[in-house]
Amino acid sequence: MLAGWLLAPALCWMGVFFVLPLALVFVISFASRGTYGGVEWTFSLANYLNVVDPLYLKIFLRSLTLALATTVLCLVLGFPLAYYIARLPVRWQGVWLLLVMIPFWTNFLVRTYAWMFMLRAEGLLNTLAMGLGLIASPIEILYSPAAVLIGLVYGYLPFMVLPLYAAIERLAPSVVEAAWDLYAPAWAVFWRVIVPMTKPGIVAGCLLVFIPSLGAFITPDLLGGARTMMVGNLIQHEYLVVRDWPFGSAISFVLMGLVLAGVMAYVRAEGSRRELEVRR
Amino acid sequence: MSRRRTWLLAASLGNLLFLYAPVAVLIVFSFNASRLSATWQGFTLQWYRVLAEDEALLAAVQNSLLVGLASTVIATVLGVCAAVALERCPFRGQRVVEGVLLLPLVIPEVMLGVALMLFFVSIQLPLSLVTVTIGHAAFNVPIVVVIVRARLRKLDPALEEAARDLGASAWQAFRCVTLPLLMPAILGATLLAFTISLDDFIVTFFTAGPGATTLPLKVYSMVKSTVTPEINALSAILVLVSMALVGASLVLQRKPVRA
Repeated sequence: MLAGWLLAPALCWMGVFFVLPLALVFVISFASRGTYGGVEWTFSLANYLNVVDPLYLKIFLRSLTLALATTVLCLVLGFPLAYYIARLPVRWQGVWLLLVMIPFWTNFLVRTYAWMFMLRAEGLLNTLAMGLGLIASPIEILYSPAAVLIGLVYGYLPFMVLPLYAAIERLAPSVVEAAWDLYAPAWAVFWRVIVPMTKPGIVAGCLLVFIPSLGAFITPDLLGGARTMMVGNLIQHEYLVVRDWPFGSAISFVLMGLVLAGVMAYVRAEGSRRELEVRR
Repeated sequence: MSRRRTWLLAASLGNLLFLYAPVAVLIVFSFNASRLSATWQGFTLQWYRVLAEDEALLAAVQNSLLVGLASTVIATVLGVCAAVALERCPFRGQRVVEGVLLLPLVIPEVMLGVALMLFFVSIQLPLSLVTVTIGHAAFNVPIVVVIVRARLRKLDPALEEAARDLGASAWQAFRCVTLPLLMPAILGATLLAFTISLDDFIVTFFTAGPGATTLPLKVYSMVKSTVTPEINALSAILVLVSMALVGASLVLQRKPVRA
């Protein structure tokens, strides 16, 4: 009874300002665009079929590729860092973790702008490289998929490091030492001991990076330019520029479907890990 | 063994360099006297002075603070009540309610933005600071719920039970025992929600009407048009402010759970 009264305000708020708007997007995704940009209430699946049009499919594939590449790069960069932190004395672990977290709490626009400043043709990296005589003329990295990739890795690296650290910290150093003592070669220690035993952290980190990368908006918008659109930008474009709300809504739902598939994978991985622990 | 440690340390320092260098460079160049080039031309505070005189910017800061304050108050009140209900009074269908309360944390922010915009347009509520505030409260409620619940779970229920055994009413027990113990988490959540609201761009972008420019919207329009030292100076200030807010939030949440 009391629980109901306590929950009601939050539930009403989220019902009206979250569930209802999402439901509206869902309904509109089956309508079609009116002549002047409004919504015409005809039921059709045309918007969803339109998503597989090569033009839009290309943007979806680019988003998936960039999100995947971001995930792999974060894993490769983050693993040594997480391993190093997890093997430090406890006092220092907190300091290093804080150092990893601080950039994450800095305004995302500012962090993305920092890379615009670095990567521009007349930016710092080009100026430095030309000053050192490494290159003769500036390289245009800004407004390319490479720039978006750098921005995404930069933005989401902390999401990878934290779960990896948590997993490695629980891996007893004696297990790794045992592998060395039994003359396992370095690759076997890594692939057959460390990786299998930290797999829950690897899965968690990968999903925590993959999900926001897939739905990214600011990074491709500022670093990618018009030629490196990702799904997030396509949605914004359909809503605000083309004013085709029904199609924009359909794209949103496809994106949400992909993201929720990722979340489900995470929940299942988490569940199987718990089960494993209980059995032990 | 030690060679491996050296290698790990080098890789870790490389990571930190990657994380910090761009922001550090940004801040250093906010003091650069040259307007255009990325070469150092001497120290100046000129760009900070330009910022202080920018009326539109100050108005945007004011809007941001207003939205941040209002949305944080709403999210805190709703979130704390919901967290207490979810943690202390289990009920049927709880999983569904939890799902609805957590979903905003995982769906792409662009989607939340367009959904809210569509909703406000169709109920003919003109886009303004009010709609921005509503949007911010919508993504801040789940954050408050998560943080406050985590703290509640760590509290010993025996404390509240002892109060009840000694004759306190349910409200008195909550007011005099549970609430003071929850305070650090509530303050931490409040600061975090405020910080996230101040930093939010995407939801604001879709739910703000003309004249409802917040600071991130202003930064975005500045960044979109040109790269100027003013933006560097503004960025430097924003970096310091969010660090201070997050630092305060961390200190508050770190306090040990004790009576």
